Amino acid sequence: MAGIIGRSHRHRADIVPEGASDAREEPAAVRWTIIAIAIAFLSVFLVLPLVTVFQEALAHGVIPYFRALAEDDALAAIRLTLLVAAISVSLNLVFGIIAAWAIAKFDFFGKSLLITLIDLPFSVSPVISGLVFVLLFGAQGYFGAFLQAHDIQIIFALPGLVLATVLVTFPFIARELIPLMQEQGTQDEEAAISLGASGLQTFFRVTLPNVKWALLYGVLLCNARAMGEFGAVSVVSGHIRGETNTMPLYVEILYNEYQFVAAFAVASLLALLALVTLIAKALLERRAAAE
Amino acid sequence: MHADATAQVSRSLFRRPPSVIPGFGITLGLTLTWLALIVLIPLSSLFLKTATLSPDAFWAIVTSRRALNAFKLSFGLSLVAAMINLVFGAIVAWALVRYDFRGRRLFDAIVDIPFALPTAVAGIALTTLFAESGWLGSVLALVGVKVSFTPLGILVALVFIGLPFVVRTVQPVLLDLDIELEEVAATLGASRLQTLTRVMLPMIAPALLTGFALAFARAVGEYGSVIFIAGNLPNVSEIAPLLIVIRLEEFKYADATALAVVMLVASFLILLAINRLQRWSEQRTGRL
Repeated sequence: MAGIIGRSHRHRADIVPEGASDAREEPAAVRWTIIAIAIAFLSVFLVLPLVTVFQEALAHGVIPYFRALAEDDALAAIRLTLLVAAISVSLNLVFGIIAAWAIAKFDFFGKSLLITLIDLPFSVSPVISGLVFVLLFGAQGYFGAFLQAHDIQIIFALPGLVLATVLVTFPFIARELIPLMQEQGTQDEEAAISLGASGLQTFFRVTLPNVKWALLYGVLLCNARAMGEFGAVSVVSGHIRGETNTMPLYVEILYNEYQFVAAFAVASLLALLALVTLIAKALLERRAAAE
Repeated sequence: MHADATAQVSRSLFRRPPSVIPGFGITLGLTLTWLALIVLIPLSSLFLKTATLSPDAFWAIVTSRRALNAFKLSFGLSLVAAMINLVFGAIVAWALVRYDFRGRRLFDAIVDIPFALPTAVAGIALTTLFAESGWLGSVLALVGVKVSFTPLGILVALVFIGLPFVVRTVQPVLLDLDIELEEVAATLGASRLQTLTRVMLPMIAPALLTGFALAFARAVGEYGSVIFIAGNLPNVSEIAPLLIVIRLEEFKYADATALAVVMLVASFLILLAINRLQRWSEQRTGRL
């Protein structure tokens, strides 16, 4: 990005005589109008909601804020969210790497169909991503009787939350790795193999260092979505306080009970997560661009 | 004999140029297994469940007044939101790529807020912001516009979650545009406006449309940010995903599933359109 802008400025200095206007630039009035519209739009729609979260959370000062976060149910929700995200992100990390290896390093029939199928969860409503597991594992579901007979609880329990979250975040890591690994080709790996490295050695010493930033980037986005997922987990959770309430679900319950300070206090933790994610993302992008 | 033929077919289906890189069989096998377990089998349970309904019963569910109104609301408002995002997303992308202004990097990072902020958090924040006692809602109330708890509120939420799709799709294409084309157009006597509409717009049109389709697809299925601000009145401000949840909570699984199948088929079609658009975009701009 800096490159293009730098280039256009050099153009101006090199070619355009003092006082004349560059053929590639709009009149200043147009330029400032466009910038003003962009800033106003971003501020109203994106910045103000974020500010609102913290403003409402701290509306009655710091003490009610921390008291709301120290509630047992709040702590349980935080623990559950961390647990679900840790399991889901790990599963999708392993899958993402394996899928990217198969798709990027080999040619086979039906590859583009496979990529489309991996992308599919992106365009499925989160509500549907939850519903399908109720149909499979709920009391009335296809495996419901079997699960009941063996006393296994999936819906309204941790496994259901994890399944729904894994489905929703399924494409995130694979999607970051596949295009990059395709672009990098197979020469490095072929060289390593021909020099006697094993497959795993090749992966850990050659492929992984090549894609580490994209991998981290994918993990970051996957984690943000996993911790913040609402629709899918709402359907499978059953909203049992202290047991199956993740942070977003707990926010909803508090909000519907008109406990606004508490709702926004828990929401502010999720908003902080979003901010940390954005900052880490910006740093990663700068890192990757520098290399 | 039969097994032999199957083996041959599968060999020719999966034939690939000889590669020294190991792990093809196992990684592809694991990928397909995991994909089937997490995505394909669960989603096909929707169709299995719907198949237990008679066509008449299915039709009655998905064309009931409440369902039709929910579909109309979801698809209609998503379309309007995607169009708003198309216009403002293009403006934002243009400003971020072409102009240097104070805070440009910051605003560039801010574009991703809807990707990172959990939808429930966005929902309660937008509701508070646009409620009649909120910062923006109180201003809008002066001119008689009510946003929170009306269909307009749904639109606001859908614009919020869709914006980054357009910006992030258009931005890289704008960055890669060949500067010389613009210069040639200017040299040949085109006005700046002509260059923009006749030379540059056709170049970024596929990316704009892709971003539009992505924003639309996301908006159609959106649930978390909408339900807080919508008011959720049946036939008025009840979106389709919410109606699915309501049917589920009433234990009307067949009803919920039938509605979900309609939504899923619609998303398949949108996804196909997006893939087409992306291929077109790559051909048009020579990007990969």
